[in-house]
Amino acid sequence: MESIFGIAVDGVAYGMILFIISVGLSVTLGLMRVVNLAHGAFAMVGGYVASYAAQGAGLPYGVALVVAVVLTVLATLPLERLLYRRIYGSANELAQVLLTIGLTFVIVAGMNYLFGPTLKRIPLPELLTGTVELGPKAIPTHRAFVIAAGAATLVGLWWLLERTDFGIRLRAAVDDPAMAAALGIRTERLYLATFALGTGLAALGGVLGAELLPLEPYYAIRYIVLFLAVVAVGGAGSIFGSAAAALALGIVDTAGKYLIPNFGEFFFYAALILILFRWPHGFFKGRTA
Amino acid sequence: MTRTLRNALLGAAFGLALAAGPAGAATIKVGVIAPFSGPFAMFGKTFKEGIAQYQAEHGKTVGADTVEFVFRDLEQTNPAQAKALAQELIVKERVSFLAGFAFTPDAMAVAPLIDEANIPAVVFNAATSAITEKSPRFVRTSFTLWQNTVPLAEHMAKQGIKTAVTAVSDYGPGLDGEAAFKATFEKNGGKVADTIRMPLKSNDFAPFMQRIKDTGAEAVYAFLPAGPTTLAFAKAFADNGLKDKGVKLFGPGDITQEPDLPALGDAVLGMTTSFHYSRAHDSAVNKAFLAKHKELFGNDDNATFTTVGAYDGTHLIYQMIRNGGGKIDGAKAVESVKGLSWESPRGPVTIDPNSRHITQTIYLRTVEKVGNRLENVEKAAFEKQPDYGYKLAK
Repeated sequence: MESIFGIAVDGVAYGMILFIISVGLSVTLGLMRVVNLAHGAFAMVGGYVASYAAQGAGLPYGVALVVAVVLTVLATLPLERLLYRRIYGSANELAQVLLTIGLTFVIVAGMNYLFGPTLKRIPLPELLTGTVELGPKAIPTHRAFVIAAGAATLVGLWWLLERTDFGIRLRAAVDDPAMAAALGIRTERLYLATFALGTGLAALGGVLGAELLPLEPYYAIRYIVLFLAVVAVGGAGSIFGSAAAALALGIVDTAGKYLIPNFGEFFFYAALILILFRWPHGFFKGRTA
Repeated sequence: MTRTLRNALLGAAFGLALAAGPAGAATIKVGVIAPFSGPFAMFGKTFKEGIAQYQAEHGKTVGADTVEFVFRDLEQTNPAQAKALAQELIVKERVSFLAGFAFTPDAMAVAPLIDEANIPAVVFNAATSAITEKSPRFVRTSFTLWQNTVPLAEHMAKQGIKTAVTAVSDYGPGLDGEAAFKATFEKNGGKVADTIRMPLKSNDFAPFMQRIKDTGAEAVYAFLPAGPTTLAFAKAFADNGLKDKGVKLFGPGDITQEPDLPALGDAVLGMTTSFHYSRAHDSAVNKAFLAKHKELFGNDDNATFTTVGAYDGTHLIYQMIRNGGGKIDGAKAVESVKGLSWESPRGPVTIDPNSRHITQTIYLRTVEKVGNRLENVEKAAFEKQPDYGYKLAK
């Protein structure tokens, strides 16, 4: 019984980290129809900035987190202007894949050159170290914090996209850009804001998840498959879909590893195949046309 | 100085003797296959530094011949690619030696090639016992899991530990480690409660920790190859309350290799490992080695077991060239270094004539703060450890 509870808690914590990073990808893919394979690289950049801010500049964890998100967004906005703007829309998927995977390699090489191939660490504050008792199971305080942060992200995003003026305009611009523009909605600005949102979420996930997905230059390539799996299962553009998918995959992976570790990643991919077989467009069909 | 002079004279004499042969003073090439880019680039970087340091200390010539290293990048473990690179090095570059090899499958793949071309291959890292059995032309200057694990398991049993769990990465060296631990620990009266094999690509180690906890074992024997996953593993161990519960974590030193120590931080403080090299090793040779390393590369942060593996490997290659008088016959060259002993930065070492693997002292180390940095501080030494895996296979 204790083991089952333990698996559930560990699975949820792992799933929440996957969710925070993947939902940004889901937003850019679902709402803007860009297959942004550089998403993992943006998460990595966020993690590196936080690591540098905390260790090199000696900032406290919370400040380093904010600095990382802001700087990553600022650093990637020119990319939106110069590169991404040319590949919006689903007409040229090959161009999107080629551009974003190329960008990933450039970022990987750059990080490797600047910071070296060793692991980078984001030191946790006193408050987040140690463990908290959750019924019969003790879980790391940091994971409890990540679960809370994931839940907050979920609610915040839902509110932003469903209940605010920004969300309404954005959905209009996505559904019919020409009509939205004719109505006076400045679609270009909206796209810029959405791109910033996606990148910011990536950076946030990169920082929060650094304990589980360690920061090193190949982070960008190593984990992108996980993030894509979550988006595929959840349905692009669906926030709740991403959450459900991340949790389901997190729990399946954790249970598989606990029960039959020799099978490796088998259960993760088996679950992926079965779910996509049943729901080819993901749990919740998103806003993609 | 007199030695260099004598070597120079000898070299000149050999040069004259060989003048009638195909070449007098020549360039002898050594092909190095290792990851220089990609997630395991640390191996390539440390290999390169180890070689460069040896050449800086001992010159680029042996006798009249210049030794030139040719590097080939093998980003991840990929036996087919390793074979192709080896072939290219042998046929196109005309190398007289192969060296490097971070991972077992890559080294295994070149065995038929080095036999056919009759050239020696010096393994700087790959640590599965079976490698040197694949070809009589393999010589290894790193370590094996058996070599490290046997004394560690004996030590654990002596400490009064009765039950243990093994948690190893699911590939060659991991399985070697598991077998070595189980055999030794049980022979010494211990009980292995569970053998967990973790996928090489694991990210989240919480489920394994839960499983370890459920067995109620007193200690864990863990092996993961040095790299990003060791960080997550060590952290998960501390974060899931196992450390606080008093469960002891042991393993070969890959898990606390020097370049990773700053990132691992307090999570591995007090962790005991067994290994053949620590930067904190207290000997004149090691101090000189680290001082030179710092002089050459600005700091000695990355000086680690793979640097020493390459450094000693280069020493072997130089010896083989010297013994052959500039003429390289693979089988004879390997024969000529069998039983060779010297003082390495890790301590006294010998090439075992049977297994062609390095016999060395295995140290028991604990991670401690020395000044501002974390170091693997040596607590005990087990001298002249052979590769137990090779013996058992016979």
